[in-house]
Amino acid sequence: MAQAVAVIRAFYKGITYRGREGHWAWMMHRVGGLGVLLFLALHIFDIFLIGFGPEVFNRFLFIYHSPPFRVLIVFLIYGVLYHALNGLRIIIIDFWPSTTRYERQMFWVAMAIVIPVWLVAAYFTIAPIFAPH
Amino acid sequence: MGVYTPTLRRRARPNGRFEVMTWYLMRVSGVVLLFVAVGHLLWLHLVVGLENIDFNTIVGRWTGPLGAFWRVYDLVLLMFAMTHGLNGARWVIDDYVPRRGPNWAMKSVVFTLGFILILMGAFIIFTFRPAGT
Repeated sequence: MAQAVAVIRAFYKGITYRGREGHWAWMMHRVGGLGVLLFLALHIFDIFLIGFGPEVFNRFLFIYHSPPFRVLIVFLIYGVLYHALNGLRIIIIDFWPSTTRYERQMFWVAMAIVIPVWLVAAYFTIAPIFAPH
Repeated sequence: MGVYTPTLRRRARPNGRFEVMTWYLMRVSGVVLLFVAVGHLLWLHLVVGLENIDFNTIVGRWTGPLGAFWRVYDLVLLMFAMTHGLNGARWVIDDYVPRRGPNWAMKSVVFTLGFILILMGAFIIFTFRPAGT
């Protein structure tokens, strides 16, 4: 019980710690990375099903085309794009430590690339819900 | 006000050389995935289109004129994404599960599932042959 309270308190402190951009960057990197890993597990499993032939595989695909899963795919796309660009920011800071003073600017540069690409990909993922083929 | 401080004394001792190696591995595989994973995502969502993916799409991808290229591409993606993801999960477990027993148990489950998925993915990439070819 005390352990659970400590964990909840640590979690609360973790998300309310006012570290601004660097803090949000770290949180999104971690949550996004775990989310992408979970999706990757499902994705390897569904591609494995292709070995059982077209009936089994195509039947499974309804999951990916269902509206709730499309919303998850929009999150997935954000997770991959953000993790990639913020990962590049981490690599730059790690290998050229003098760039640390620009870590905040680099966060916004990463977002300026991620958001437009994400919105385009999200549009093509969500639009078919309203205009089915 | 108790501040949550994970107990260091029961934490598994990190092995210096191994940790430096995985630190580099994360950055090298990160740069590879920046192109391979983001390329895969944008190719299938913006060029192929989610609506057009079914059994025949994968048959065309893996047995068409560029079949060998796509199988190598998918194998590289599988290996780099899974090792990068599993090591990321290992770091997250080390951060939040400091006690030796639960730490070991969680890593065992995650890595066992991870290795099974790597084997499933590699198996289907190497052995997939649609009926009649």
